Amino acid sequence: MTEAYDPLRDDRGNRDISITKIGNPPVLTPAENRETRPAPGAVRAFLTAEAMVGGYGRGANILNGCTVAAEKGQIAVIVGPNGAGKSTAMKAVFGMLELRQGTVTLDGEDITRLKPQERVARGMAFVPQTRNIFASLSVEENLEMGAFLRRDDISRTMEQVYTLFPILKEKRRQPAGELSGGQRQQVAVGRALMTEPKVLMLDEPTAGVSPIVMDELFDRIIEVARQGITILMVEQNARQALEIADMGYVLVQGANAYSGTGRELLADPMVRKSFLGG
Amino acid sequence: MEPLNALVVFLNFVFIPAAAYGAQLALGALGVTLIYGILRFSNFAHGDTMAFGTAITILVTFALQGAGVTFGPLPTALLALPVGIAATALLVLGTDRSVYRFYRERKAAPVILVIVSMGVMFVMNGIVRFIIGVEDVVFTDGARFVIDARGFREATGLAEGLALRSTQVITLVTAAVAVALLFWFLNRTRTGKSMRAFSDNEDLALLSGISPERVVAITWIIVAALATTAGVLYGLDKSFKAFTYFQLLLPIFAAAIVGGLGNPVGAIAGGFIIAFSEVMVTYAWRKVVAYLLPEGLEPTSLLQLMSTEYKFAVSFAILVIVLLFRPTGLFKGQSV
Repeated sequence: MTEAYDPLRDDRGNRDISITKIGNPPVLTPAENRETRPAPGAVRAFLTAEAMVGGYGRGANILNGCTVAAEKGQIAVIVGPNGAGKSTAMKAVFGMLELRQGTVTLDGEDITRLKPQERVARGMAFVPQTRNIFASLSVEENLEMGAFLRRDDISRTMEQVYTLFPILKEKRRQPAGELSGGQRQQVAVGRALMTEPKVLMLDEPTAGVSPIVMDELFDRIIEVARQGITILMVEQNARQALEIADMGYVLVQGANAYSGTGRELLADPMVRKSFLGG
Repeated sequence: MEPLNALVVFLNFVFIPAAAYGAQLALGALGVTLIYGILRFSNFAHGDTMAFGTAITILVTFALQGAGVTFGPLPTALLALPVGIAATALLVLGTDRSVYRFYRERKAAPVILVIVSMGVMFVMNGIVRFIIGVEDVVFTDGARFVIDARGFREATGLAEGLALRSTQVITLVTAAVAVALLFWFLNRTRTGKSMRAFSDNEDLALLSGISPERVVAITWIIVAALATTAGVLYGLDKSFKAFTYFQLLLPIFAAAIVGGLGNPVGAIAGGFIIAFSEVMVTYAWRKVVAYLLPEGLEPTSLLQLMSTEYKFAVSFAILVIVLLFRPTGLFKGQSV
């Protein structure tokens, strides 16, 4: 890099057509590349969402045959330009919108028709992008509510969450709404971990937090994955997210444009040029 | 100057009645605020829910008295209260099943649910009048006074008497127990916490596996208990009349909104604020002031800001002021 640092053009955030990208930005088109590895549809991964087609209510399709998958203990990241259907894909995997086509399987079991709550009981946990904590409840109560479905002793899991996020133990009696943005995200992730999930789904966990906190959060997410929990995550900070990703999916217009390991995508000239900003 | 006498008059005519009335309003407002927090609409049928619970309690009280059962110095109605609560719980759960659930499943706007609750209010209004009629019913028994005016005068030698009715003591004690139980439930039990979680963030509560129907049912049962208790205490303190209970809706809503809708602490504070304002604005202060001023300066007028007929104007005025300047209430509830 020879040019001077320009905060508007650093490598955080989206690199799609926007006011910060002057000139002629390359146009993304779905599924043109033959070079990178195709979405692992044939091989059944631990969590597989295959050829999903769907939209909100009776509206138009937002997902047009998109596939995401993640193996046990792997981190899968969905990236893509604004409006590509990243969050929608996430919600579809969790059953928050009805699929018109496609299937979702968890550990070989078809869960396409299950309600979100039933998926929670099967070991999936979801951290929404906004309003992801109980603001008026204390940190500890937030964690307790995360474990609402569990009838066994939750103190061990709570200890694990406190070990992962030590600051939460310090603030466990404080209302979660009084914490800083990064700490709230820790509460949100902690709440989701309380069910002892097999799959943890994160919708833009680093939205609105400072770069330092973002790195910190990514470190924690890697730690969670090392415990054997599958992570599926949507991220705006594409470059950083792909750096820690085992599998990356670039969505464009609700379909897979590129997929491969995080490293492959970062090295792919097409992805770099059109999406990561060179 | 006789400040002691002034204090006794103040306690006797302002403080004690307002505290008892405030406790009754607080219990009523807690019910309204819980419904608002969990089901997200203003329940206009709350006054008539109170009336229904009280009516059933009165009937059971009469039956007990007829059978020769009494509660010693305490009113028999306290023995009948659990039956009244159970009957009211069945009524509101039935109403929820047959009316509110339909709109909940369609995700109806809160304003529609408010109108629906007005319909429920009219139906309950009719049911209560069918059961017990429109007349005044007095159902207090047991000891009437803890301290009576004459005994107080004789014991203290003061010119003014202080009367403390047993219903006022019972009101304050029962309200304190009910509030303590409610807060223990909301803050310490798993179910109570899940109710607060549901009220705080419905979507996340669903993601955590909290069942909305169960939360709603438990809320109705608690509301039935609070409403019946509030109604019976009010009836013991004054008397029961179906129309009066319907009118109680205004001060109760004012209390809930002043405190901040959806906030239980606010509901209690609001209840006392409204009660004290109502009593103090409509009380004739001449006697108190006469005792406080030096001789010869006694006021000739009543020193009454508003006649008692206008007491509802007080809660209404407070309601309007709060909505204009602090729509979320004193204790930061949800905005209306």
